[in-house]
Amino acid sequence: MNAPVPTDRLASPSPASNVVPGTPAGPPRGDGILVDRVSVTYPNGTTAVRDASFALDPGTICALVGINGSGKSTVFKAIMGFVRPSAGAVRLCGMPVAQALKRNIVAYVPQSEDVDWNFPVLVEDVVMMGRYGHMNMLRIPARADRAKVDEALERVGMAAFRKRQIGELSGGQKKRVFLARALAQEGRIILLDEPFTGVDVTTEGAIVALLRELRAAGHVMLVSTHDLGSVPDFCDQVVLLDRTVLAAGATAEVFTPENLQRTFGGALRNFRLGGAALHQDADRRSLTVLTDDERPLVFYGDPDSDGEGRT
Amino acid sequence: MDGLLAELLVPFDYDYMRKAIWVSALVGGTCAFLSAYLMLKGWSLMGDALGHAIVPGVAVAAILGAPFAAGAFVAGLFASLAMYVVRQKTKLREDAVIGLVFTSLFALGLLIASMRPTAVSIQTIVLGNILAISDEDIVQVAVIAGVSLAVMALLWKDLMVTFFDEAHARSIGLRVTTLKIVFFTLLSACTVAALQTVGACLVIAMVVTPGATAYLLTDRFGRLIGISVALGVSTSAVGAYLSYFLDGATGGVIVTLQTLLFLAAFVFAPRHGVLASRRRRAAGLGETREAARAREAIQAREAIQAREVAP
Repeated sequence: MNAPVPTDRLASPSPASNVVPGTPAGPPRGDGILVDRVSVTYPNGTTAVRDASFALDPGTICALVGINGSGKSTVFKAIMGFVRPSAGAVRLCGMPVAQALKRNIVAYVPQSEDVDWNFPVLVEDVVMMGRYGHMNMLRIPARADRAKVDEALERVGMAAFRKRQIGELSGGQKKRVFLARALAQEGRIILLDEPFTGVDVTTEGAIVALLRELRAAGHVMLVSTHDLGSVPDFCDQVVLLDRTVLAAGATAEVFTPENLQRTFGGALRNFRLGGAALHQDADRRSLTVLTDDERPLVFYGDPDSDGEGRT
Repeated sequence: MDGLLAELLVPFDYDYMRKAIWVSALVGGTCAFLSAYLMLKGWSLMGDALGHAIVPGVAVAAILGAPFAAGAFVAGLFASLAMYVVRQKTKLREDAVIGLVFTSLFALGLLIASMRPTAVSIQTIVLGNILAISDEDIVQVAVIAGVSLAVMALLWKDLMVTFFDEAHARSIGLRVTTLKIVFFTLLSACTVAALQTVGACLVIAMVVTPGATAYLLTDRFGRLIGISVALGVSTSAVGAYLSYFLDGATGGVIVTLQTLLFLAAFVFAPRHGVLASRRRRAAGLGETREAARAREAIQAREAIQAREVAP
C-alpha cells in the first residue's frame, strides 16, 4: 500500500506551491464554509463533535484529516444538514444549510462503500441525477441539462462509458462518475469523502488536476482523507479533527509532525530516519515518515532547526 | 372451434369475473411499481411484514363493521411505529425486529378472528377473495391504486435518487424523510389493496416478484419500472381469468404465474440470465457480478417460497 516516495518530492521542498494566486492574505473569513462552534450530539447520547470551528473561503481545497471515529463524517453530515448541531451553526456561502441545499450549492461525492453498485442505473443516469435540482418537479431533462451531463462526462474522461451499468466500472472509474455528477450539479461547495480510496495513481492524478481547476474557478472543496501523503500536494488548507478541531489553517502551518501526532496518537506509524541511519556525511537533517495505511507523508529536515520545509 | 372460443370467453359473461380481472390487474400493476423500489433496498421483507401486521386491524374493522382499509391502515401504522421503536431502543438486527413485530400482530389478528368466527373469515384475510369482492371494496381498492399510481408517476425519479443515494438526494434539496414516509404510506395502502386480491400470505410476492424479474432484464431503472408494471398487470389479469377454469384460489394462480415468469427470466434473460452467463463463461469471460446477481435473486425467491409453503 505504501507507494514509494518520488525523489523529487524529497529534493524540492515547495510549500509555496500550495498558495493559490489571487487568494487574499489573512485568515479565511468563511465565505465558502463556516463551521462556527458546532457540537453534534446523537440521539443515543454520544457527542461526536464538540465545539468545532473552521472557516473556508471560495477557491480553497481543504483536507479534513482524522482517525476513524474522529468526527469526519459527522462534520460532513452537519454541513449537509443530515444532523442538526446541538450547539453552534453552519453557514454555506453565507446561507443557512437548508437554504444552501435548496439552491444546489452543495455537491457530495460519496465514499465507494456507501454506494449500491448493483443499482440498475447507467453512468449517464447517475450524472443526470446531478441536474435534478435544476429541473422542474417531474425531473424531465432539458437540452441544457443533457449538455451539462455530456460536458461533465467529457471532463472526467468517462464519455465512452456512459451506457455502462455503474457496477461494471473499475474503482477509479466509479469515482470519476460521481465527480462528474458533482460537476453537472455545479455546486459551489463540493464535499469529497475519501476520494482516493481504491483509486489507481493515474486516476488520483486526474482527480487532483480536476480539483485544482475547480479551485481556480472559485469552488470550495472539503476532502476527507486518510491519504496523508497527498495532502500537501493539493490542499491549501487543513482541518485536523479529533472529536473537535485540533488545528485548522494553511497546510504549511497546520500540517506538521507534531500536530499529526496529536491527531492520530498511536494510530500512525512513524519512522524517523536520521544521522547514521540516513547519511554517511555530516548532514544533520533527518527524514520523518508518517503513515497510517495510504501513501506515507514524508517530512525531510531537522525538526530542531527551522530552515527546512516539508515535501 | 367456435365452441372453444365461446368456452374461453365464458368468464367475461360473469360480472364478478370481469370485476375480478380488472381489479386484480390494477392492484398487480400498482404493487409491481412499488416492487421496483422495495427489492432494491433489501426491504422486501417489509412488504411481507406489513401484509401480516395489518391482519388484526382488518379483523377488528370487520367486527366493528368499519372499512377494511381504515383498520388496516391503523394496524400498519402501529406496526411501523413498533418496529421503529424496538429498533431504536434495542440492538436487535432489523430482520429480527421485523420478524418479531409482524408475527406478533399476525397472531393477534388470528386470535381476534377466531374468537368471532361469524364476523370475520380467516380464510378471506389469509387467502384473499377477489371473486367475492364487494362494490364498496372495489371503490376503495380503485382509489388506493389510482392515488398510488398518480403519486408514483410524479415522484418516481425523486424516489429513485433517494433510494440510490440519500446523501445526494439531500444535497439537491429533496426532503428525504418525507419521501420515505410517502413511499411507505403508499406501500401500506397497496398492501391493503393486495390483501383483498391475493391474501395476507401472498402479498409479499406481489411487491417483490415483478421487480425482481424486471431486475434481471434491464440495467435502467425507468425500464425496470415499465417491465415490472407490465408483468404485474398481465400476470394479475391472466391469473384472475385462469382461476375461473382452474377453479383455484386467484392469489395462488397469480403468484404462480409471476414465479413462472421469474424463472423464465432467470434462465433466459439476455444479459443476467443463467444461459447468458454460461455462454459468456464459455466465451472465456468470467462473469462474477452476473452470477452473484442471479444467485442473490434465486435465494430471495427460495426464501419466499419457503414461507409460502409454511405459513
